[in-house]
Amino acid sequence: MIDPQRCLFHTGLTSIQGPLIFVRNAQGVGLYERVEVRAMHDDVRLGRVVLIADDKVIVEVFQGTEGLSLGEARVKFLSESILLNVGPSMLGRIYNGVGAPIDGGPEIVARRRLRIDGNAINPVRRVVPREFIETGVAAIDAMNSLVRGQKLPIFSGSGLSHDRLASNIARFSRLRGTQAEKFAVVFAAIGVTFDTAEHFRREMDEYGAMQRIALFLNLASDPSAERLLTPRVALTAAEYLAYEEGRHVLVILTDMTNYCEALREVSSSHGEVPSRKGYPGYMYSDLASIYERAGRISGRPGSITQIPILSMPNDDITHPIPDLSGYITEGQIVLDRELDRRGIFPPIKLLPCLSRLMNHGIGKNMTHVDHPAFAQQLYSSYAQAHHLRLLSSVVGEEGLSAADRQLLRFGERMDDEFIRQDDFRRTLEETFDLGWMLLAELPDEVLVRLSDDQIDEHIKRHRHDS
Amino acid sequence: MSRAEVFLINGPVLKARPDGNFQMKEAVFVGDDRLIAEVIRLDADAITVQVFEDTTGLSPGVLIAGSGLPLAVELGPGLLGAMFDGIQRPLRAVAGASGDFLGTAVDVPSLDRERQWRYQPVVDEGTEVSGGHCIGEVAETPNLMHRVMIPPDVAGTVVWRAPAGSYCIDTPLAGIRSAQGMVEVSMLSRWPIRVPRPFRQRLALRSPLWTGQRIIDTLYPIAKGGTGAMPGGFGTGKTVLQQTLAKWCDADVIIYIGCGERGNEMAGVLEEFPGLEDPRTGRMLMERTVLIANTSNMPVAAREASIYTGITMGEYFRDQGYDVALFADSISRWAEALREISGRLEELPAEEGYPAYLPSRLAEFFERAGRTKALAGQESSLTVVGTVSPPGGDFSEPVTAHSRRYVKSFLALDRDRAQARFYPAIHPLQSYSEYVTSTAQWWQHHGGVRWAERRERMLALLQEQARLEKMVKIVGRDALPPSQREVLVCAEVTVEGLLRQSAFSHTDRYCAPEKQAAMLGLIDYFTQRAHELVQAGVDPDTLLTLPVVRRLQRMGEDIDNESLADFADLTHALDDALDALASSMQQKSGEQQAVGE
Repeated sequence: MIDPQRCLFHTGLTSIQGPLIFVRNAQGVGLYERVEVRAMHDDVRLGRVVLIADDKVIVEVFQGTEGLSLGEARVKFLSESILLNVGPSMLGRIYNGVGAPIDGGPEIVARRRLRIDGNAINPVRRVVPREFIETGVAAIDAMNSLVRGQKLPIFSGSGLSHDRLASNIARFSRLRGTQAEKFAVVFAAIGVTFDTAEHFRREMDEYGAMQRIALFLNLASDPSAERLLTPRVALTAAEYLAYEEGRHVLVILTDMTNYCEALREVSSSHGEVPSRKGYPGYMYSDLASIYERAGRISGRPGSITQIPILSMPNDDITHPIPDLSGYITEGQIVLDRELDRRGIFPPIKLLPCLSRLMNHGIGKNMTHVDHPAFAQQLYSSYAQAHHLRLLSSVVGEEGLSAADRQLLRFGERMDDEFIRQDDFRRTLEETFDLGWMLLAELPDEVLVRLSDDQIDEHIKRHRHDS
Repeated sequence: MSRAEVFLINGPVLKARPDGNFQMKEAVFVGDDRLIAEVIRLDADAITVQVFEDTTGLSPGVLIAGSGLPLAVELGPGLLGAMFDGIQRPLRAVAGASGDFLGTAVDVPSLDRERQWRYQPVVDEGTEVSGGHCIGEVAETPNLMHRVMIPPDVAGTVVWRAPAGSYCIDTPLAGIRSAQGMVEVSMLSRWPIRVPRPFRQRLALRSPLWTGQRIIDTLYPIAKGGTGAMPGGFGTGKTVLQQTLAKWCDADVIIYIGCGERGNEMAGVLEEFPGLEDPRTGRMLMERTVLIANTSNMPVAAREASIYTGITMGEYFRDQGYDVALFADSISRWAEALREISGRLEELPAEEGYPAYLPSRLAEFFERAGRTKALAGQESSLTVVGTVSPPGGDFSEPVTAHSRRYVKSFLALDRDRAQARFYPAIHPLQSYSEYVTSTAQWWQHHGGVRWAERRERMLALLQEQARLEKMVKIVGRDALPPSQREVLVCAEVTVEGLLRQSAFSHTDRYCAPEKQAAMLGLIDYFTQRAHELVQAGVDPDTLLTLPVVRRLQRMGEDIDNESLADFADLTHALDDALDALASSMQQKSGEQQAVGE
């Protein structure tokens, strides 16, 4: 309930530092309460209370403090958390970074007002994600399978084609063996350029998918502190769509690196003790409060699957942003500059990729009984090929044995035929077929991850064909 | 009770003006919602508390109520099979009260007060009892007799006792006349989480905590009552390995702490464990497990408390005479919670922003492990194994470096192995265990007669392989003489055949002692025979093309624990194949000699 007494405007600003304003004589204010700040010309900016010491309050202003002055700025405390209006007809719309429609359409008819910070799902109410999603991308489906309710980020670099891959996944994804279900995409642009957001929108429009999409845009030109809200707003909308409307929601967050930069900026203005590379020590918990909102809940029909995209600064996977993300998310898809230069799309670098939930969603009755061994063998042989490639660059191919040369060839064909697929969808059956065919080129003695029966069933057939 | 009025709110850290006396580490309650918090600093005119719940919406002026007692856990029947958060709130009951999402302010007791347990007294009136003495038993699960003990600081005479029957956990079951007066004992007791429970004496470690994982049991054992750390970057399989140990190790009670990790993983444990059988007792694994889940998005102060909550429960079962294994995933997240709170207190940071007391807190935690003689004389153990998540996989960072100082089994997880889907991705050369000599005796009685000697030979082989691999990178494999290529071949067979183990294969996920001994023996035998053959002139690389060597590399998955006879068959097949190779060799060299003459 909004207490009218408390809605009075305060003018007691004592200091403005970066995104923070310091207010005096504010009584009865609550932690993380929503704040409206008005400059002279009456534009309302959103903020929240981050520290209270007696009647002195520090407010974080999400939409910049430019143009505010100590004497004239007015602050209004609203005695409630930051909320998002959610209701039917949220899809097919475009919103700004704090969740207000910017496509010229009507306001959202609010069925509920939800806290954008969300609450943690009680672990006992979670359902283990195990419904295999066919993404149509061979390197993901066969070797790093995605399941509903998972959070699987794409670790990319600046200039790589992560957005194209993400929109392909959004277009191709389907569950096997079921007809079209209630499916939705929530796309949150966090500090990306207008082109990127527009490109995604056009892609979806072209495939007639726009009616299933909600776009939240915080563009590169928008205030950086607002980026702290955008993923939370988008996920709140996704939670409504999933848990109240029963949809299966795919949330694409791009680019989480910009989010982390904003976090660092705000943290340093607080004067907090920094951890690695100046990022705040709580960045792990903060990222977790976003990523952990993926999942399924027992007794509720929908699900939230997340594909956060982050560009690794300097392509460095040990940088705190990908590093901490990798510790929270359930695996990662890593893109590679070398493959990209060779013109291979999607440029997925298989070795560092991983899907932790894969084993829950593949195998008997789900994909194929031999899928686990198949993926293991592809990985093991590809890793060997990779090792030999490094070796042969030093000692030359002549220094390798005949079996090693076969492995080397296998590695090349994996890159050129298996990983490369351009913008075409590949069904799981096509992916299996291609993989077994490539493995059939290798002698039995290197196929130690396959049982004799598996070799008889899958490998011999392809050898026979050729 | 003492009270205090809040004047500063900084995330989970509050400062308040006290009215009355507060103690360090005292449990306190904040506001009308009675949020649980703990005093972490005392000044003349202010107390500082950390709140274990969400502080959104708190305003200055809120009152803090003291409890006069340190933060404690409830101990008694009902722990096994349950899932708690970091401050022991029962998550199932919380879900019943507040729904699918964790809100604040749910007032449910940690242990169910309504449930009745069958109780059987084991002492008579007039018996002299002291701390740790068992006065009665409750069959908490078919395999675990929960012993109701006299609190450690109580001694005296049993004046009355309840007869056998069904009771709730807070019903008094015996009255003890002690020097301090009458004390009533029920199934329920409490113990402060930051204080180690007392025992009579520490004992030397003797037997391994059997894990069923070859690379651990055979190469780097963890002793019962010992400590272990598993550091590794993300995606190296820490959690899967930790869960595998929690499933198959031969402890009586498992405490599994998900400290700042993923919600889906805890859901996975909850879903999987009740359906898995303990290979020794045939009972469901969940019946011996206590889960503590403080996932990464749950309040950070409770994450800090979670490992103490867990280890106190572990000590409680240890004191009843059980072997307990505690798995903490991950120690790094706990250290980060410490760092976050320390930062909010504006303490001077030491390395990488961690507080200067990080090493001493780690030492205190790991020192609570051990094999002990309890107050009442039972011998039992508490083993502590923690995962460590070093940023960027860099083992020189503070949490890994300091953990290393206090643990004696160090299982380093390696990214290259994990990327090749070689699991468990434990690096055989970067890991170590100081429990080899103390467990060697145990192996003598469990089929591993020449275990220590074979293990050493295997390590030497792997060491030599690492050296030769470097040379191969420069000159190529073909340039090595046969004796060195023989080392590479034998090492490859060892690594694939013995060290690789699939956690998802029903045959391979748990490897019994006899099977491990047989596999180690067979690999050792192969290495010796290979050496003889290469000496006689056989090219080592031809060994890899033998179908029987492929069988050797797959024996973990192909031969189950019960089919030990298959190892004898495999040995015969190996002998036949190698003999054939040797005789064809002799024939060839005979022909060559003939030509030469």
